[in-house]
Amino acid sequence: MSHIEIRDVSLVYDTPAGQVPGVQGVSLDMRESEFLCLLGPSGCGKSTLLNIVAGFLTPTSGEIRIGGKAVNGHGTDRGVVFQDFAQLFPWRTALGNVAFGLEMKGIPKEERDEIAFNQLKLVKLEKFVKSYPHHLSGGMQQRVAIARALAYNPSVLLMDEPFAALDAMTRDAMQRLLADVWRETRKTIIYVTHNVAEAVYLADRVIVMTPHPGKVKAEVVIDLPRPRDPLSVEFLDCQKQLLAHLGETHQVS
Amino acid sequence: MTGSSDRVRSIRRATVTILVAALCYEAIARSGYFPAVLVPTIPKIAAALWRSLLDGTMLIHAGFTLYRVLFGFSLAIVFGVPLGIMMARYRPVQNFVLPLASALMPVPSLAWVPIFILWFGLGNTVSILVVFYAATFPILLNTWSGVRSVNPLWLRAAGAMGADENSLFWKVIIPGASPFIITGMRQAFLRAWIAVVGAEMIAASDWGLGWTIFDAKEFLNADVMIAALVVIGCIGFLFERLVFGSLEKATVMRWGMVKAVKS
Ligand SMILES: Nc1ncnc2c1ncn2[C@@H]1O[C@H](COP(=O)(O)OP(=O)(O)O)[C@@H](O)[C@H]1O
Ligand SMILES: [Mg+2]
Repeated sequence: MSHIEIRDVSLVYDTPAGQVPGVQGVSLDMRESEFLCLLGPSGCGKSTLLNIVAGFLTPTSGEIRIGGKAVNGHGTDRGVVFQDFAQLFPWRTALGNVAFGLEMKGIPKEERDEIAFNQLKLVKLEKFVKSYPHHLSGGMQQRVAIARALAYNPSVLLMDEPFAALDAMTRDAMQRLLADVWRETRKTIIYVTHNVAEAVYLADRVIVMTPHPGKVKAEVVIDLPRPRDPLSVEFLDCQKQLLAHLGETHQVS
Repeated sequence: MTGSSDRVRSIRRATVTILVAALCYEAIARSGYFPAVLVPTIPKIAAALWRSLLDGTMLIHAGFTLYRVLFGFSLAIVFGVPLGIMMARYRPVQNFVLPLASALMPVPSLAWVPIFILWFGLGNTVSILVVFYAATFPILLNTWSGVRSVNPLWLRAAGAMGADENSLFWKVIIPGASPFIITGMRQAFLRAWIAVVGAEMIAASDWGLGWTIFDAKEFLNADVMIAALVVIGCIGFLFERLVFGSLEKATVMRWGMVKAVKS
């Protein structure tokens, strides 16, 4: 059985200027522990689709099921990581941020601090448990955000361009770290990106989307062994394949 | 970090300013242009201050004034913070409160004193209500702006982590709005401090710094009046710097939500 089923989902934004199509007629199935990338130029509805799965937006039509249960609003079966570093609570330490979801579950302090500490260790931040977010670099803040989204043990992790605002070197390191975290936790991940190499490095399967209106254009399975070598011929072939799909709609990069 | 040497420098600068101002005043007082009873020299003022401190009267006056100001100020927080949050969260509350606040805010708090005296008689109640009136608007409006400026990502993230309304309120909205709330409290205290002295001049009997000034006028005790002014200035300054300054340092500055202002 699929873990996530997206059935013919559409969303139209009602704006003062009129109706803007966000996504149109998207259908997808994901199996347990699959790493799926949504790839496409900006404005093609990646964030919209992710926010629908997260339950922050209600689709105009269509349906989403996670583990067989219809999605209706947000829920603790999903963890969310945004692009903006400001998603962390500035008034809480790294540990306090990661423990937030556990606190909401009513888990006693000692236990949640221990779980939170282990999550921070998973993202290699055990030395920074007591730091406030403004003392951490962008990459570290995003790692705290990942630890925070994993701490209350959701089965699905939703990530919206989490590394897009980082410099290229940090981004590479973060991608390797995320691949490790995924291998260890076996979460089902939907990862939004507009970076082709990133999609090939991370994904089991890439969904290529096109704008005006946001639609699924193609689906590419990335069947390379892990850890992946971005300089291998096969890796570059996958990139070319994706670029070809994108190129038809997307001339300006 | 050069925090401590910065601090020393700013203290030194403030001292120079005060010294220069005091010297100018002293020169005017000694110039002979004005009667010495009306413009007493600094040693005379210092003596009056010292006397009233020694016999404890100044402390009692200050105690009464502080009691009134803190009472009214606390009421303003208890009333203004929740109402400001409700305004930001619920449109009908905002629609109801905003016109009312706009209409009342321009009325100087002291203008209420005579009518409050009619209603409540002379005494503490009037001063406390005037303080409450003066302090409420900055707290209310800053809290309102603060809650509206809470990053929606925090609310989304907290919601995704299973926060209910109650946790959202206490663990996200209040700390998220705290830079504004603290600014509001700061402005409110300043206004309250100004208001209480004014109110005491008219409405207090026997005790209070404002009342001292007014009472001393009857006996042409300019030195006592100025001594009371000095105490008013010092207490206001101490609260501004020590109480609200440390509150900011321990919270929003520590969290990096506002930067330290160079002074
Ligand atoms: N809150 C919104 N109100 C109106 N239109 C929106 C809103 N968010 C996104 N859109 C529109 O929906 C389309 C898809 O946007 P989005 O999902 O953000 O794309 P992406 O994340 O791929 O860049 C775009 O045309 C965008 O302008
Ligand atoms: Mg987006």
